[in-house]
Amino acid sequence: MQQIVNFIIRNKTFLLFFLLFTISLTLTIQSHSYHKSKFVNSANFLSGSIYKSANNISQYFNLKRQNEILAEENSRLKTLIYTGEDSTSTFVSDSSRFGIPYKFTTAKIIKNSYSLSNNVLLIDKGKRDSLSQDLGVINSKGIIGIVDNVSKRYATVISILNTNIQLSAQIKKTNHFGTLTWNGKSSNLIQLIDVPKIAPLQKGDTIITSGRSAIFPKGIPIGFIQDFKLDRAENYYEIDVELFNDMTNIEHVYVIENKDAEEINNLLNAVNE
Amino acid sequence: MNSIISTNIIRFLILVFVQILILNHINFLGYVNPYLYILFVILFPIKNSRTLFIFLGFLIGLTIDLFSDSGGVHAAACVTIAYIRPVVLKFCFGMIYEHQAIKFSNVDLGAKTMYIAILTLIHHLILFSLEIFNFSKIILTLQKTLFSSAFTILLCVLVSIIFSKNSK
Repeated sequence: MQQIVNFIIRNKTFLLFFLLFTISLTLTIQSHSYHKSKFVNSANFLSGSIYKSANNISQYFNLKRQNEILAEENSRLKTLIYTGEDSTSTFVSDSSRFGIPYKFTTAKIIKNSYSLSNNVLLIDKGKRDSLSQDLGVINSKGIIGIVDNVSKRYATVISILNTNIQLSAQIKKTNHFGTLTWNGKSSNLIQLIDVPKIAPLQKGDTIITSGRSAIFPKGIPIGFIQDFKLDRAENYYEIDVELFNDMTNIEHVYVIENKDAEEINNLLNAVNE
Repeated sequence: MNSIISTNIIRFLILVFVQILILNHINFLGYVNPYLYILFVILFPIKNSRTLFIFLGFLIGLTIDLFSDSGGVHAAACVTIAYIRPVVLKFCFGMIYEHQAIKFSNVDLGAKTMYIAILTLIHHLILFSLEIFNFSKIILTLQKTLFSSAFTILLCVLVSIIFSKNSK
C-alpha cells in the first residue's frame, strides 16, 4: 500500500497529464462520431451569450449583403404568388405544398465556421422556440445542416461542411439518389457518392434533397454538378457538387420541423429490427 | 505573488476572448488561423507547481474547445505542451533554466523564438492530427500544421516583444 501511494506521489505530474490527456482524447473521439458531443459544445449559456453579443456588433458589417439576399428571396416568393407556378424551385415556406405538415422557424447564425474539418454552427433559437435534435436547417439558397445539441436559448448545427454528415440527395431530373458527404477540402464543393453508374449525368445538373429521411422535405436545392468520375470499383459515380450557398457568408436561416418525423422514424426502426 | 496571479488571470481571459472573437475568424487563404492563446502556456511563470500548470493548460484548451465546438482537440494539445515544457526549456535555454532564473522579458530573442517555435509546432501537430483524425489525409494535416504554425509563431513572437517592453 505504502509503495502504491509512493508511486502515485512520485509520478503525480505524469499521472495528471495522462488523466487529462485521456479526458480530452475521449471528448475528441466523441466529437468525431455523429451526435455524440454532449458535454463540450457551444450551445450553452456562456458561449451562446458571448457569441450573441459579438454578433450584435458584427452583423452591421454584413447588413448590405444580407439585405440583398433577403430581397432576392422576397422577389422570388412574390413571383411565385403572382404567377402561381413553382416550376423553378419546389422549395417555399408553405406547409401545404409538401403534403406533410412542415413547420418553419426563422433563426440567425451567430457563429459561423467553415475552415475546420468538422464545422459546427451556432444559432440563436433553442428549446424555448421548440427546437430539438435532428431538425433540418436551410436558407433561401439551399441546405445548411442539421440541428445537433439544443440548450434553452441556443442550438448547434452540424454544417454540411462536416466530415461526419451524411445526407440523402438526388439528381433533380432523374431521381437517381446517393449519399452526400464532405471530404474536408474546399468550402464550396461537397461530394455525392453511391450514385449508380446507369444514371445519365451532365455537368451543371442540379442536385436536390431526396426526401428519403424525415429531416428534409424533397426538393430543397443543394448545388450543381461540377465534375464527376467513377469510383474504384467502377460501379458508382463520385460527384463533386458545387454549392448554391456561399457557406462563408450566411446569416438568416430557417429550421424545418417535420411534425410526422417521430412516426416515420418509428416505422423505419421497426422495419430495421 | 498576488500580481502574478492577477496578471495570469487577466492574460487567460484576454487571450481566450481574442482567440474566439477575432483569431478564429481570420481564415487566411481559407483555412489558416493563428492560435495565439498558447502564449498563456508559453509565458506561464516557471517557478509555479507543475501540477497546477498542467491543469491550467488543460483548462484553457477546454475553454477554447467549448467555444469552437471541437471536442477536446485544443485541450489535448495544450496539456501535452504544458507537460513537455520543462524539456523544451532545458533544450532552448540550457544553463539559465537550471538556475531557475529565466525571465521571459529579458532572454535572448533567438533562444526565445526557438522555444516558441518548438512548442507551437508540437501543439499544432497534435491539434490538427486530432482534428482531422484520418491517416489517409496526412498531407492535409502537415500542410495545415506548417502554415498555421508560421502564422502563430510570428504572432506570438511579436506579441511577446510588444508586451514585454512595458514591463521593463
